[in-house]
Amino acid sequence: MLRFIVRRLIQVVPTLLLLSVLLFAWLRSLPGGPAAALLGDKATPEKIAELNTVLGLDQPIPVQYVKFLGRAITGDFGNSLITGEPVTTEIARALPATIELSVAALLIAVVLGIPLGYLAARYRGRPLDTTTIIGTLVGVAVPVFFLGYLLKQWFAVDLGWFPPSGRQAVDIEATHVTGFAVLDGLLTREFDASWDALTHLVLPAIALATIPLAVIVRITRASVLDVMGSDFVRTANSKGLAPGTVRQRHVLRNALLPVSTTIGLQTGLLLAGAVLTEKVFVWGGLGTLLAQAIERRDYPRLQAVVLLGALVYVLVNLLVDLSYAIIDPRVRVR
Amino acid sequence: MTSLLTRRRDKIDDLGGRSLTADALIRLRRNPVAIVGAVIVGLFVLVSIFAPLLAPHGPAEVFPELQRNLRPDSIPGALPGFPLGSDQNGRDFFSRLLLASRQTLFVGVFATLIGLVFGVLIGAIAGAFGGWVDTVLMRVTDVLLSIPSLLLAISIAALAARPSQTTVIIAVALVNVPIFARLLRGAMLAQRESDHVLAATSLGVRRGAIVVRHMLPNAMGPVIVQATLTLATSILDAAALSFLGLGDGDPARAEWGLMLANAQSYLDVRPALAFYPAIAIILVALGFTLLGEALREALDPKGRR
Amino acid sequence: MSALLEVEDLKVAFTRRGEPDSVAVDGVSFDVQPGEIVGLVGESGCGKSVTSLAIMRLLPERGNRVTGSIRMDGDELTALSDGQLRERRGRDLSMIFQDPLSSLNPVITVGLQITEVLTRHRGMDKKAARAEAVELLDRVGIPDPRRRLDAYPHQLSGGMRQRALIAIALACSPRLLIADEPTTALDVTIQAQILDLLKQLVAETGTALVMITHDLGVVAGLCDRVNVLYGGRIVERAERHELFRAPRHPYTHGLLGSIPRLDGPPGEDLAAIKGSVNDNLPWTSACAFAPRCPNALEVCTSVTPAPVEDGRFLRCHNPVGAS
Repeated sequence: MLRFIVRRLIQVVPTLLLLSVLLFAWLRSLPGGPAAALLGDKATPEKIAELNTVLGLDQPIPVQYVKFLGRAITGDFGNSLITGEPVTTEIARALPATIELSVAALLIAVVLGIPLGYLAARYRGRPLDTTTIIGTLVGVAVPVFFLGYLLKQWFAVDLGWFPPSGRQAVDIEATHVTGFAVLDGLLTREFDASWDALTHLVLPAIALATIPLAVIVRITRASVLDVMGSDFVRTANSKGLAPGTVRQRHVLRNALLPVSTTIGLQTGLLLAGAVLTEKVFVWGGLGTLLAQAIERRDYPRLQAVVLLGALVYVLVNLLVDLSYAIIDPRVRVR
Repeated sequence: MTSLLTRRRDKIDDLGGRSLTADALIRLRRNPVAIVGAVIVGLFVLVSIFAPLLAPHGPAEVFPELQRNLRPDSIPGALPGFPLGSDQNGRDFFSRLLLASRQTLFVGVFATLIGLVFGVLIGAIAGAFGGWVDTVLMRVTDVLLSIPSLLLAISIAALAARPSQTTVIIAVALVNVPIFARLLRGAMLAQRESDHVLAATSLGVRRGAIVVRHMLPNAMGPVIVQATLTLATSILDAAALSFLGLGDGDPARAEWGLMLANAQSYLDVRPALAFYPAIAIILVALGFTLLGEALREALDPKGRR
Repeated sequence: MSALLEVEDLKVAFTRRGEPDSVAVDGVSFDVQPGEIVGLVGESGCGKSVTSLAIMRLLPERGNRVTGSIRMDGDELTALSDGQLRERRGRDLSMIFQDPLSSLNPVITVGLQITEVLTRHRGMDKKAARAEAVELLDRVGIPDPRRRLDAYPHQLSGGMRQRALIAIALACSPRLLIADEPTTALDVTIQAQILDLLKQLVAETGTALVMITHDLGVVAGLCDRVNVLYGGRIVERAERHELFRAPRHPYTHGLLGSIPRLDGPPGEDLAAIKGSVNDNLPWTSACAFAPRCPNALEVCTSVTPAPVEDGRFLRCHNPVGAS
């Protein structure tokens, strides 16, 4: 098991390396290079040359890349062009907010998605099933940011049930321990701070959860239907087992295998969705960091956040493979 | 015995003889999901073709009578000659909404098509040659697939000097390339092991001919399904890029994603400015998704009975 | 002696929206005496598997219509509620399936798949059930049974998997066992072992066996009585020796003729049955087998042959050996 993990972790390295090369190459293959992109309309040849020298972009590309790589290994991804701070410091500060949002969204998606998918399969062809399918199809077709704005407009602005934006009310006194606002409140027994953070979390989490929810519902439904028609479920029924036993031991255990893969894939995609959701709800996480980097063409930050996104995605999928090995005895971990 | 013979012949005509494609079409026509999807997509294409004839005004025309009435807290609604009123810049909202269908279709189709052509090319080469060519191509594809797609599109679009329709199309297309490449390669590999390809090889048919005549056509089913579904995601991805300020900067063009993104700030002033383009995007994405899912079901040989 | 199982006028039709129903089983009647081994023989699509699934009520919940009567010990099984039937399935009647790999749950151990029947129907606790499961695996000839309890299906060979399925089916000593092509998915050498095992076990326990097969070789070595199915109806039924000595229905005759015989002249052509089930005529106005029948008369394509019971059951206008 340990050897399997180590080997898979080692496999991650070339993926990230290749990705950094691609990003690097794309960035520098643009007409005028990053300096032109940075300067935008104000770009003149002199200014570009000046900026290139400042940023060390006048050196040959392979030299630049090796330098970048040498620093990256020590955890130095350069300084943000906006704030001048090390990118890693910025990321470390923004990470808890995004993790909090993503975990909340994923919880909603999984906790609602699996039962809903299962029920749709069980009552296949009935109104519940049809409604669920239509719901998932529409859910995937709605632009995430638009849904975010709708939720905000209805439930925050018009009804006033939830705060419209931010992570915490300004007037709340909260001690920061872990950076996870809800958790911090619980740890320090500042329950009002926890509650406040939770109310801030609801709307963005729902917006971010829609797509993973829709996907998980559909995969669960398809997978349960597939397993319910399988030979071994017929065997289980031929043994006269109680319906509950058949459902839990035979149908669900097998049906959840593909669902776990989907959850992994969706977790990786949450960061992309978070960019949109965070912008709508002014949620100060990685998404906001990235959105700013896009607006201001802050490419060291951009590069670092994208690489981090890829790393998270790959690691989550590794976790999924591991969980597979635990639930499915056919998968040999070597 | 004539009765027996004719009866048997009728029965055979009844059973066999239908090709896979014909069979799929028959199943499509029976499927309500396919019909709804096709109707939505058909309407969308029709509107985008005839938009210049239907739209009373140009997309960039600013009308003084509309502009005069623009206030920070109000944007004029329906007026004589302007059925849906003004947009936030004093232009005819109705005309822009109609004309935007063309740009949305344009972005969607080209992002998908470019992704498909390059993806299929890469996948076909990898699948046909195998060996180190396959290894190298798939390694790169896997790396591209290991980044969440929207993140990839964002980084591509963000690094361009000036966002434009072209950068949006390229960014979304590039995201689609690895998807098609993987898909086609998988289908080709399955084909390579299949009996009819083995049979052609054993008859001495050249490899190029086998790839073009036997492997590609049989691998195209899943690609067509994926392309239909990709049209939906491409339109949504393009809208997301617009929202992040990476969309087309040309004010003369109207595009639903861009209109929706730009209308977000006016949501409490005049929600219709966001709602109409949003509903249009949702419907179109839904239409392509429904059609794609129905196609997948129809082309699945397991569904034949 | 009263029959253990009586199937009367069983009909199964598959229904699809927008399409005419397709009839898979078209009025099948047969009975099984306690301890008897009865064969249901026919080629694929003749309705033999559907018949067995209908008896067990294991057909998909939707998309089919089952009518007729199925009585076990005089109780009408079709009238039982789902819960009542579940009480009897696995205890009074059980079933073995064709593909042992796909018929076992891949993610739980073989042991649990056996013990769950014992805890359900025999009220055993975990420990007693495990001990009994070891006993059962030993009885079906699985070596080192204690270790096999914790094995997963994919870790066993095909023959062992089928033995495990047999152990599950016989766990509660049912009075009726239905075996649906239990050897088809196995290697030829294993097939004989499994058949011997089945024969020995039913003899020991007094369990009646309904053997479903396309293979007359299986029938010859095993069954007391044989029902030959064609197109969803029984076309001939006879005691085993009678059937093999003098097959009356041309279809039965054809099935026997398509088995190579060691005592036949070398180089002799096998008498294959021409055509396929796709050529069938509707039973309502003809004999379904007529298009493929070497004995077919004009009447066979226009009149349904009436069943005749005279020493044996036969449904044919022009049986073999009739002058």
